[in-house]
Amino acid sequence: METVKLTIDNKQIEVQKGTTILKAAREMGIDIPTLCYMELHDMNIENKPGGCRICVVEVQGRRNLVPACITKCDEGMVVRTHNPRVLNARRIVMEFILSDHPKDCLTCAKSGQCDLQNMAIRLGIRDIPNQDISEMSTYRLDTSPSIIRDLDKCIMCRRCEMMCNEVQTVGALSAFKRGFMAAVAPAFEQNLEQSPCTYCGQCVAVCPTGALTEVDNTPQVLRALADPSKTVVVQTAPAVRAALGEEFGMEPGTLVTGKMVASLRALGFDYVFDTDFAADLTIMEEGTELLGRVSKFLKGDKDVKLPILTSCCPGWVNFFEHNFPELKDVPSTAKSPQQMFGAIAKTYFADKINIKREDMVVVSIMPCLAKKYESQREEFSVNGNPDVDFSISTRELAAFIKQANIDFNNLPDEEFDRPLGESTGAAVIFGNTGGVIEAAVRTAYELYTGKKLEKVEYAQLRGMEGVRSATIDFNGLPLNIGIAHGLSNARKLLDDVKAGKSNFHAIEVMACPGGCIGGGGQPLHHGDSSILKARAKAIYQEDANKPIRKSHENPYIKQLYEEFLGEPNSEKAHHLLHTHYFDKKKKIIVKP
Amino acid sequence: MSKYKMHLLVCGGTGCRASESDLIVENLKKELEEKGLQNEVQVIMTGCFGFCEKGPIVKVMPDNTFYTQVKPEDAPIIVAEHVIKGRKVARLLYTDPTKKEHVSDSKHMGFYRKQIRIALRNCGFINPENIDEYIARDGYMALGKALQEMTPEQVIDVIKKSGLRGRGGAGFPTGLKWEIASKNKADQKYVVCNADEGDPGAFMDRSVLEGDPHSVLEAMAICGYSIGATKGLIYIRAEYPLAIKRLQVALKQAREYGVLGKDIFGSGFDFDIEMRYGAGAFVCGEETALIHSMEGQRGEPTNKPPFPAESGFLGKPSNVNNVETFANVPVIMLKGPEWFSSIGTEKSKGTKVFALAGKINNVGLIEVPMGTTLREVIFEIGGGIKNGKKFKAVQTGGPSGGCLTEKHLDLPIDYDNLIAAGSMMGSGGMIVMDEDDCMVSIAKFFLEFTVEESCGKCSPCRIGNKRLHELLNHITKGHGTMADLERLKNMSLVIKDTALCGLGQTSPNPVLSTMNNFWDEYIAHVVDKRCPAGQCRDLMQYSINAEKCVGCTACARACPVGAITGERKEPHSINTAICIKCGACFEKCKFNAVVIS
Repeated sequence: METVKLTIDNKQIEVQKGTTILKAAREMGIDIPTLCYMELHDMNIENKPGGCRICVVEVQGRRNLVPACITKCDEGMVVRTHNPRVLNARRIVMEFILSDHPKDCLTCAKSGQCDLQNMAIRLGIRDIPNQDISEMSTYRLDTSPSIIRDLDKCIMCRRCEMMCNEVQTVGALSAFKRGFMAAVAPAFEQNLEQSPCTYCGQCVAVCPTGALTEVDNTPQVLRALADPSKTVVVQTAPAVRAALGEEFGMEPGTLVTGKMVASLRALGFDYVFDTDFAADLTIMEEGTELLGRVSKFLKGDKDVKLPILTSCCPGWVNFFEHNFPELKDVPSTAKSPQQMFGAIAKTYFADKINIKREDMVVVSIMPCLAKKYESQREEFSVNGNPDVDFSISTRELAAFIKQANIDFNNLPDEEFDRPLGESTGAAVIFGNTGGVIEAAVRTAYELYTGKKLEKVEYAQLRGMEGVRSATIDFNGLPLNIGIAHGLSNARKLLDDVKAGKSNFHAIEVMACPGGCIGGGGQPLHHGDSSILKARAKAIYQEDANKPIRKSHENPYIKQLYEEFLGEPNSEKAHHLLHTHYFDKKKKIIVKP
Repeated sequence: MSKYKMHLLVCGGTGCRASESDLIVENLKKELEEKGLQNEVQVIMTGCFGFCEKGPIVKVMPDNTFYTQVKPEDAPIIVAEHVIKGRKVARLLYTDPTKKEHVSDSKHMGFYRKQIRIALRNCGFINPENIDEYIARDGYMALGKALQEMTPEQVIDVIKKSGLRGRGGAGFPTGLKWEIASKNKADQKYVVCNADEGDPGAFMDRSVLEGDPHSVLEAMAICGYSIGATKGLIYIRAEYPLAIKRLQVALKQAREYGVLGKDIFGSGFDFDIEMRYGAGAFVCGEETALIHSMEGQRGEPTNKPPFPAESGFLGKPSNVNNVETFANVPVIMLKGPEWFSSIGTEKSKGTKVFALAGKINNVGLIEVPMGTTLREVIFEIGGGIKNGKKFKAVQTGGPSGGCLTEKHLDLPIDYDNLIAAGSMMGSGGMIVMDEDDCMVSIAKFFLEFTVEESCGKCSPCRIGNKRLHELLNHITKGHGTMADLERLKNMSLVIKDTALCGLGQTSPNPVLSTMNNFWDEYIAHVVDKRCPAGQCRDLMQYSINAEKCVGCTACARACPVGAITGERKEPHSINTAICIKCGACFEKCKFNAVVIS
């Protein structure tokens, strides 16, 4: 391994050849400020257009300053990262960026967690000269069900473009116009709703400013809570409990299930339930479906659709409907846990507590922005009344808790309500990539073989690699499992399915890198992928702590089937808990 | 092959064509046919002669008569008098402005005397749409020599020894560039010709491509041989339809003759060239942006290193050179590097093509040896300042360059001298300015261009240039302060120091250069709220000279805002507080009583 020796700020260091000045400096504990640069190391994702010019440093012998994030170390290089020349340049460059940025901090959704704001503070900017003669690049606002685009705040960091094109291969965003008015937007300046956007929200997760933010549904939730005629029910997704604590200063990976429940009760929700319950339900329905297809296949049925694809991720479903509509009877017909919950809450549970459907409001707390869009899909409502009324993200919930002056850190742990609050370890691992299929395997194994599954943890299904595969031995039947997270990886597997080359029986897809724990609605990671790893670890820890770890052993699930649904895939179950998909291939018609 | 006894060469460059030179060709041909002389006298449409001020040009050979400002209707008299009777048509001859006498041989003209045409050697001599004429002037001999008598290393050595430096603007040693590309190993390499020529007012490359396209094709093939590339790409701006057509014709003919394609001259060396078209972006003249544009991506530059010689088109080693650089290659190969390096200065060898424009008498295209002084270019070749005005400055290097002033007039032109003087060679545009040009406005004008053409990728150029422009505008409107001048300088230096590519790194040059050389003008604008050159409208004061005013009231009636008052037959006066400086009164006054100061 070749190395190079160089000097940074008068200190010598030896690094691997090919290391950038930025990384070499970090190894020495020298933090060079960056803005557009972003790296999610564990996911192999890196954004370095070298365009913001904030990370510029002086390299002796070079005429101009160079960007540290891109420039590779050379033998004998002498670098200065914070001398007057560099500081003056950084300041002026920052003044430029701020001069073309709305001064909206007081009401901006990103205030307090904005990379640009933090950089302005760090560089000590006190004045932006000549504002009275400075033009600003302004654009129209675009609102969609999940994401708001405020291009006035775009600083051309290209992170969203990189995520959307390279990591997700969705292609909804790219740079347009040139010069002063250049920004990143959907093709032909369309709205997101007309673009191939899947609402996965990865663009929002990485945007350093308030250019891309989530739609805030908290006001609607507050109105429902304040309405005495409504019974407001809340469900919480598995990934939320592993990340919510970060918004209150806790270490990434701190499980806050008990406090989360307590805070929701304190906010005024009438019933605090768990999406995990519906995740167990999803396993019942989807596991049965999987085994059904596999049995048909083993009996020689040529028309049966294998592999079966998981369908709980709405970003993935959108991606699917846009890009592979010809395969729309391949995924599982099972709804997502969020939607199954809503359907059951407004029928089974509404009956139990004797209230009308219209008087119940179902709210979900999700790590996801696509869930906002999913809850509004027409097919998920009855006579115009949606199964899930509002979906708010982990970030929105944290802000809501703070607004209500609830001292989150000192709340005592509380338990979920019953009957829709009890869940198994299989349900909670839905939050991680590989978790859905592992949960499905735990149930499908016992249903298929009739034998008891002793070891429930499947290490071969876990991990952060983008595409994973494993063969699980179902007592002689080798079941081939494929897993993908990040839509570019999903595309790879789907291309194989489309070409008839796929050897898998089942594929789990999550749109977000890392799975739901890395969702677009989670606390911002600011490019630190160790946070995502910590959250994933917490999820597996919660599973290990649960007394019941297989979905079909959840007594409340058994009760639900006995009292209401009958058996998996019964007519009632099918009507309430299953769905179908649409051809949504986007056509762009450009009028001459 | 019939032997013509006389040739009529008509300039077919875009400039002369705009003055119907194609019709001159048609009419001459028709006239000769009527007189039955079509087999004895050949009419050829050639490339640019360079003396654009005096176009359309028609040159008669072999007696080397140079006719200027020819019209299509002059065809009959040229044939009748000169062709048939051997008598020159006096009224079409060039008149020397000082000696006031006719000059018929161009080598005696002030415009041409000091020129050495190397890159433009064939322009004005051959029909660019006929490969035979190129071959007749030793075309493709250099390629043959390279393929059959030399190794790739020897070819690179020749170019290195010649001292040829990139003519696109930066002046990087061409031989060294080829050597670096040749040393990088890959399964495919590319030779790229940068024919984007984005500098406003520059038309050196255009003239080479319109007048002598084969010189570039041959050079690219030679380059390909030396670096190990089998594919060439010409990136040409879409706004050059004639050059595009001439290249397409040349490519077709070259392939037909086997000088491009497989196994050229039986050497086993394959080389062919494809064309790619720009879409109206100055920034795509920057080599990495050019490459990305060719790849079908957004035309944005990427950070260097890596340089294209290491990772260029499709990630493969690519050698990118300017049209004019290539145009020099075949003749260097044939006449030898010693010949080339005997012309020019110590560090800048050979010649440079310049496009002379602005307030100069002889507007056009010239090619002079490096080391020629600015004084020679402007006052001898250029014929001095138009209308007898006083020389003020000359902008070299387009929007990336700076201005040179009276104190630089005896500066020998070469790459390093120009940089030391605060400007740069650039691609060869030279815009001459006189006493009526406001240098602050000039800086603002260039910034308008770079603001429009910035790609938007990096903050200093995207936003910084805009702010520079706004501040310059502010100053020309009379609202500037001394603090603004300080800010202008600081912003300019930082933009230069931090921009991602050459566009942003050089766009503040006009500002810094004019501030350096014409600080007093900036002070006048900011402190006195006055524009010494009289160009900044908002700083002008309109007043009426009471001694000249007869009280005809014509100005008062013309004034759109009622700023002029006065009784009939009494001197009028202008209320400067209301005056919007539209100039209507100035136009109307027949007594020259309205004074602009």
